[in-house]
Amino acid sequence: MRKFAEIRKSLYVALWFIFLTFPIMVIRINPLEKTVEWRWMNMALVGIGTFFLSFLWRYLISKKEEGSKRAEEKQNEKISKLRRLIENRKIIAGSVVAGALLAAVFPFVVSLYQTNIMTTALIYVMLGLGLNIVVGLAGLLDLGYVAFYAVGAYAYALLNYHFGLNFWMVLPVGAALGALFGILLGFPVLRLRGDYLAIVTLGFGEIIRLILENWNEFSFGPSGISNISRPPLFGIELSVQNATVYMYYIMIFLCLVTIFIVKRLQDSRIGRAWVALREDEVACQAMGIDRTKTKLTAFALGATWAGMGGVVFAAKTTFVNPASFTIWESIIILCIVVLGGMGSVIGVITGAFIIILLPEYLRVFSEFRMLMFGIILVVMMVFRPGGIISGVRRTYKFEGKNF
Amino acid sequence: MLIIKDIHTFYGHIEALKGVTLEISEGEIVTLVGSNGAGKSTTLMSVCGISPPRTGDIHFMGIPIHNLPPHKIASLGICQVPEGRHIFPHLTVAENLDMGAFLRNDKRQVRRDVEYVFELFPVLAKRKKQSGGTLSGGEQQMLAISRAIMAKPKLLLLDEPSLGLSPLVVRQIFNIIFKINEDSRTTIFLVEQNANLALKIAHRGYVMENGKVTIADSAGNLVRNEEVKKAYLGI
Repeated sequence: MRKFAEIRKSLYVALWFIFLTFPIMVIRINPLEKTVEWRWMNMALVGIGTFFLSFLWRYLISKKEEGSKRAEEKQNEKISKLRRLIENRKIIAGSVVAGALLAAVFPFVVSLYQTNIMTTALIYVMLGLGLNIVVGLAGLLDLGYVAFYAVGAYAYALLNYHFGLNFWMVLPVGAALGALFGILLGFPVLRLRGDYLAIVTLGFGEIIRLILENWNEFSFGPSGISNISRPPLFGIELSVQNATVYMYYIMIFLCLVTIFIVKRLQDSRIGRAWVALREDEVACQAMGIDRTKTKLTAFALGATWAGMGGVVFAAKTTFVNPASFTIWESIIILCIVVLGGMGSVIGVITGAFIIILLPEYLRVFSEFRMLMFGIILVVMMVFRPGGIISGVRRTYKFEGKNF
Repeated sequence: MLIIKDIHTFYGHIEALKGVTLEISEGEIVTLVGSNGAGKSTTLMSVCGISPPRTGDIHFMGIPIHNLPPHKIASLGICQVPEGRHIFPHLTVAENLDMGAFLRNDKRQVRRDVEYVFELFPVLAKRKKQSGGTLSGGEQQMLAISRAIMAKPKLLLLDEPSLGLSPLVVRQIFNIIFKINEDSRTTIFLVEQNANLALKIAHRGYVMENGKVTIADSAGNLVRNEEVKKAYLGI
């Protein structure tokens, strides 16, 4: 009986879609020959397609509801298979070794082009991990994250152009400038949260981009800065091929450092304060957590990684202009964090690879990139609201006789 | 221990406290009763610095605290159980308690205190791996109080612990509040609408009306006071 009702509902959906798409999918008017072409075949396809998709959707949702019911019945079932897989030590060790080996030999196995894409993906891993501090841990929705990325990139481009400073000298400078701008943004938004915060940060991101676009004397406007030098290896100038591979290894190294530090931060005192701040501000203050300091460190530390990412980006592409730092970059980085799983390091890494690598390898669908993002995000919010790999917090264990 | 002298607190242009003066000595349970909008919660918020007074002094153990930010006040040993509980909904019960001990470094004592609150509220021990948001209202209030105890405060501020709870749970919680005061001589400042119960466990009480303290007396006298009876005890 229930099945029948489901089928009927899907049928209604299909009819509704046929009606909606009728003018664009069925009727085609040829204004030159003044004829009207009726493409009934399309109507049938739309009907069948939506019927099946709608049915599939309903089926998956009912299955998910059944699943959550069952999980409530059995407490142990609550831990999903995926999580158990992640928590299994042997599997962790194995996959870490395999991942390290793969990462080490990657540039020698695949083409230069692939290495380049992978470096880009790694930059996004770093950006995602940085934004994860702000959005995932501290719960501050930051839509202007790309501004710090731009700060880092322009810091390297300008310092290199004017003073000839090399990559390694500017890397810490970029990080420090990122942190500084993070604090600069942090101060005015201390009292804001949620949607208001999102709008202000969005504005901040645009301000930085517009300054870079219009202040010709400073940033060379929309034409940007080219011929930025690549990172030197002990003073040796590398060929383009070698430089690409070198860049890849630098990024691997920086990502490892980022992962290490973010992990440590997560488990630290300040990490706990961030999580508490995300959960409840009033309670946070009652517990003696300094709200101002906690928020500012979240912004500053998040922005530090963006600043470094920017320096790497400028060194990798050897060219920067404001067009690389539009709001879409912020959205993509945010997508990485949300899709991967807020607050989860492995999740963010997975998210970065999916979002950056998928469009590269699915060139056929490149036109539908944003559409695919949308579909993936909607599907994910329904079936895995916590992200692909949701955050596994290290829980504090009290030891004693009562436990 | 805590001396509040003529404080005026404003929300924008609205003067919520029009010169509140009261005093709490060490080891006491002092309650502040009054009707809605009398300024009870605001008094509490002024003490913990979340809405600081515009004029007037607050001294805690001789230290002026009316100009300090909330986290500094908390670090002096004043811990608040905010109105409406404000537990951390996505953290487990154990993690909530751990956040209570945020400012403390004495791990061994913290562990002992966890055992103490689990003795006070055995139901929390059962729920320790459950996230805070999934607890019932009464359990959340217990958790909020436990979390405050974990901070080992010298002065515990309780804002409407009976809010939205069944009479049975309210009685249980009030018994525990009384026990906390007995066990560790923790000074308790209790803001409460349920004057009847509050006056039963308190040593002294203040009655507030329209941003001012109107009556100050021992709890026993307040219960017998005709005015208080009529206005707040419903007798």
